[in-house]
Amino acid sequence: MLSIKDLSVAFKTRKGEVNAVRGISLDVAKGKTLGIVGESGSGKSVTSYALMRILDAGGEIRTGEVVYGGIDLRAASERDMRDIRGREISMIFQNPRAALNPIRRVGHQVEDVLIRHAQATRQDAKAKAIAALEAVKINDAVARYDAYPFELSGGMCQRIVIAIALACKPQLLIADEPTTGLDITTQKAVMDLVGELARERGMGMILITHDLGLASQYCDRIVVMKDGLIVEEGDPQKLFTDPQHAYTRKLVDATPRVGASIRNLLPPETRTAEPAHKVHDRPLLEVRDLVKTYPGKSGPVQAVKSISFQIKSGQSLGLVGESGSGKSTTSEMVVRLQDPTSGNILFDGQDIAATPSARFMRHPMRGEIQMVFQDATDSLNPRGTAASAIAEPLARIARMRGSKLNARVAELAELVGLPQPLLSRFPHQLSGGQKARVGIARAIALEPKLLILDEPTAALDVSIQAIVLNLLVDLRAQMGMSYLFVSHDLNVVRLLCDEVLVMKHGEIVDRGPTAAVMNNPSHEYTRSLIEAAPQPPNPVAA
Amino acid sequence: MADMTASTPDTTRRKGDTTLGHIVYVLRDNPVTMLAFAMLAFFLGCAFFGPALVPYDPLATNAARALEAPSWDHWFGTDNLGRDVFSRVIVATRLDLTISVAAVALSFVIGSILGSIAGYWGGWLDAVLNRCLDTIMAFPLFVLAMGVVAALGNTVENIIYATAIINIPFYARLVRAEVNIRRHSGFAQAAKLAGNSDLRVLAVHIFPNSLPPMMVQVSLNLGWAILNAAGLSFIGLGVAPPTPEWGIMVAEGANFIVSGEWWLAVFPGLWLMLAVFTFNLLGDGLRDIVDPRKRT
Repeated sequence: MLSIKDLSVAFKTRKGEVNAVRGISLDVAKGKTLGIVGESGSGKSVTSYALMRILDAGGEIRTGEVVYGGIDLRAASERDMRDIRGREISMIFQNPRAALNPIRRVGHQVEDVLIRHAQATRQDAKAKAIAALEAVKINDAVARYDAYPFELSGGMCQRIVIAIALACKPQLLIADEPTTGLDITTQKAVMDLVGELARERGMGMILITHDLGLASQYCDRIVVMKDGLIVEEGDPQKLFTDPQHAYTRKLVDATPRVGASIRNLLPPETRTAEPAHKVHDRPLLEVRDLVKTYPGKSGPVQAVKSISFQIKSGQSLGLVGESGSGKSTTSEMVVRLQDPTSGNILFDGQDIAATPSARFMRHPMRGEIQMVFQDATDSLNPRGTAASAIAEPLARIARMRGSKLNARVAELAELVGLPQPLLSRFPHQLSGGQKARVGIARAIALEPKLLILDEPTAALDVSIQAIVLNLLVDLRAQMGMSYLFVSHDLNVVRLLCDEVLVMKHGEIVDRGPTAAVMNNPSHEYTRSLIEAAPQPPNPVAA
Repeated sequence: MADMTASTPDTTRRKGDTTLGHIVYVLRDNPVTMLAFAMLAFFLGCAFFGPALVPYDPLATNAARALEAPSWDHWFGTDNLGRDVFSRVIVATRLDLTISVAAVALSFVIGSILGSIAGYWGGWLDAVLNRCLDTIMAFPLFVLAMGVVAALGNTVENIIYATAIINIPFYARLVRAEVNIRRHSGFAQAAKLAGNSDLRVLAVHIFPNSLPPMMVQVSLNLGWAILNAAGLSFIGLGVAPPTPEWGIMVAEGANFIVSGEWWLAVFPGLWLMLAVFTFNLLGDGLRDIVDPRKRT
């Protein structure tokens, strides 16, 4: 149905021309799903933009042909393209909130596309829009028709985007990272929905994702892209069990899955023995009856409802939950960025919750509890160099100065594997993985006893995630730190943590040793989390 | 990007890495910015060295050569008292620039402090400050400046204060918005974990990030402040004659336009226009210079 031959796309930039896509060919058959898998910068999104002819300014299709149902999309006039987009080929974008107009009711946004493609008239548009919303399984579609995007959850917004994309019954759907940023159970619901609708309507689909596990579950065929080229193409099962190209093998290895240890994520030639970390019996952190209540519009909201747990010295505890479960609030209270409404936080036997967070920076324990933030980009001051970010806690808390400070910064960069020349760079000149390293170096600068990791790899590519997770394991063994690892991804938590807590609606619903909870979940919610995670086929041991 | 462990072949410092190199890059990149900075250099030169270089004493009268048209002797002609208009225009640069720079600096500092406090702590402090600023903005600003000068007296300092007061709300609001969106950002949180007090986080980490848009505001404001000072002098509030000042010169010259002596008002007016034009052009360049993200 769609056939791309030798497509190449180039962008003009200040530093000359960049070839984003360098001659790729692929076909999508009617009713089949093709997965395009690659990491950031591989050109997978650019490919889809090119075939929809919605490239950014400066982007240009250089060579190749794109034929859809006999129409040459490259030669088609802009007018024809406008008819094709939405009607024949539709697209679901990465961030559903950004893809919806924030100041228009979602129902009207569905109507727009229907009316544009003459699928509805002003009179029956509303009824058809509601039908489109019902088709994507939105409960109470009549009421949701009048909602604004900000009133809906992320998963709901993505359903609306899907409803808009599918409203005119297109033949081909392009889904560009449709579930990035969504909770794992929502991801499953959204993907199941898209898969089901595609099957029902005999629609072709291109699923663009960085998650090989996800692609293997929903695609009939997968192409793996790297640096604008297709490096491998094939059946998902075969790709996993018998990857031909080195890069595919690296991706397959780096995908967290059942039965793989943390070292298995790395390419075989760089694997070393996993260092053991010692867990002492002495509790390092004890949280007792912690409560956090926010004043809300309609009465107080209990974000955290009296939870208690402890972390032993040297132990790694996983804190798992979906957005809104209170896991971030809990970690922020432990790291003393927020004050609990009531309850105690005993650190080394001392109640640190007694010191208000606004004055905690002068507390002698400030250097003992540090945190690695979720978004490495956001957590670095855009005006400061990497070195200045790492030096900050050393200068402020340890009062280091001059050459001693510089030497320590260099030592920390070495420890986290950040090349020295990068220290003088600004955050925007660093890649995601490099920024993550800077964030980790800053957090371990004072050799804290407890490190709180708030989804430190959520924004990273899988191969970088594998490296960063292994770095964390090495550092833990080297420095004897305890971790509180906050994440929504059980597959990652399993790799790193001794024990795990599962949170839902501000309560701990499940807890225990990681293996026990993963293999034998006692709570239904834990089970649904485990089931929702994509289960990539197990590769043959390399 | 794909492989971070490999050492990047980037050991040599590139040219754009130093501050000076970055400024040179910004100037080269945009000819308009280059022009603006060249004109700024010209005005600054006039301000510093003008009084020493001009051919005539700006205050010396010469009744024998009053109201002469522009000539090789008197490039911009002479006024009704025989003073050299060119000398007066050049000498006036120092006073006009002083007034505008001082006024803008004052409102920049006060506005930044107020805006930062309001944006960072929010709550009642924010509400009170905002209503105070709203009150200032409720007046026609020029009329407010007139009132201030009239009440405090006709001196250069009072013109500066008046110009500063009417500009404070613009800075405060801009800074408030810029600080507000960053107060819960990751790097602010990280700075707290690194042992910074709230005040230090605000001053060292959050506030500097609002500098790029502030620079645009500053440069537009400089031009505007010059106009404001000249306007006050034009209506007789402000610098008193015979001090050379563009506003007064235009005001005095305006009386002679009907009788054909156009050069009295046109040349100071032209200089005023060029100065304002320069500052308006300067904005984008200044912003690019203080924004580290432009250093690619």
